[in-house]
Amino acid sequence: MFGTVIASLNEGFLVTLALFCVTLVGALPLGLIISFGSMSKFPPLSGFCRILVWIFRGSPLLLQLSIIFYVPGQLGHNIWAFTNGRFWAAAAAFIINYACYFSEIYRGGIQSIPRGQTEAGLVLGMTKSQIFFKVKLAQLVRRIVPPMSNEIITLVKDTSLANTIALAEVIWAGDRFMRSKGLVWPLFFTGVYYLVFNGVLTIFFGWVEKKLSYYRV
Amino acid sequence: MIDVKGLCKSFGSNLVLDHIDQHIDPGEKVVVIGPSGSGKSTFLRCLNLLETPTEGIITFEGTDITDPKVDINAMRCQMGMVFQHFNLFPNMTIRKNITLAPVRTKRMTQAEADAEAMRLLARVGLADRAESYPAQLSGGQKQRIAIVRALAMKPKVMLFDEPTSALDPEMVGEVLDVMKELAHEGMTMVVVTHEMGFAREVGSRVLFMDQGHILEEGKPEQVFGNPQNPRLRDFLSKVL
Repeated sequence: MFGTVIASLNEGFLVTLALFCVTLVGALPLGLIISFGSMSKFPPLSGFCRILVWIFRGSPLLLQLSIIFYVPGQLGHNIWAFTNGRFWAAAAAFIINYACYFSEIYRGGIQSIPRGQTEAGLVLGMTKSQIFFKVKLAQLVRRIVPPMSNEIITLVKDTSLANTIALAEVIWAGDRFMRSKGLVWPLFFTGVYYLVFNGVLTIFFGWVEKKLSYYRV
Repeated sequence: MIDVKGLCKSFGSNLVLDHIDQHIDPGEKVVVIGPSGSGKSTFLRCLNLLETPTEGIITFEGTDITDPKVDINAMRCQMGMVFQHFNLFPNMTIRKNITLAPVRTKRMTQAEADAEAMRLLARVGLADRAESYPAQLSGGQKQRIAIVRALAMKPKVMLFDEPTSALDPEMVGEVLDVMKELAHEGMTMVVVTHEMGFAREVGSRVLFMDQGHILEEGKPEQVFGNPQNPRLRDFLSKVL
């Protein structure tokens, strides 16, 4: 029995892991784009980005998941009606939601880099994008590692919300044993997966912070 | 070399520069002095458009750099600038600080830039620091590196914005020595400073600014020895 449960939970955890990775791959760059948008000097763009952030930070992710998954079908065209459709619906919700959180962290980080760094780049004849990618990005990464690691660890746990649209992630896999066989412990045991995974992430972020502290600002 | 006509700059309703006219010839060492808030730093920062003038025209070697069609980055490559707070890039080694811009602006290959960096570092006595990070250096060392970083672009003019104001007193000398050497080699320099000794010794012309105007200008011996403007006299009596 134990073997069956573990095999099933492992399978669920792979879905959790996939959702986690896809969310990061999508939300990390999208967040940067949104943060630039919200800092734009073009009011319609900055206004749009700020409203977007307000909506996705201001409402429950659980609700966003349901709306993104169910509303297209309600409107008569279920865009998620393909293999792994549930997964990509969940991924879409997670990516937008997390991109909004990340964008605020990026914005804070970018605005905390002294103006003198940009000026030094400008007087050396570099373009604004060269200054961003060559000078400020590395300093930005260093500044945002602590808040980002916080957010990313939250993401690991938030992936469990996807079971509300019946995505077969690890909680869903554990819960299934309760529903079909009346077994409670598999659900509780999923906690171990989260703890181990977050433990690994914590060690990883500690290592990154150390790696980036070879200089002091 | 640099020609300034009717330069005005205001921040909101605060008029910081009020119709400045100025001409700087190649090889001149122009030293700008004046009380805090007189507009001298803003004047300097307008010369390479770090501040956008509200009014007026700035011409560098025949090109009107206030014209939006001008490639300002190409202009800035020819005008080095050194800041009060060094503004070195903390995430890069000294060598990388110096070589980044020449390589990125395609003026040199990495190898050429490295060679140039080492040559310049040797000149200021910091060749052994090439692989250090800025945080590992003293203020005086950082400012000498900042000067080297600007020189690596082979600029035609060097702008200094209070280069010794953030330094501990015992480190001022080493930075001024590098600047003096540069002056003797014939570099065109515009220096905003509170170092009156430097102004007197190195300056070929001294400008005294107050409340957005150049109130007096002339050779150092004239400005310091026989000041005409009462505000300049008052200023000198406080700083000398």
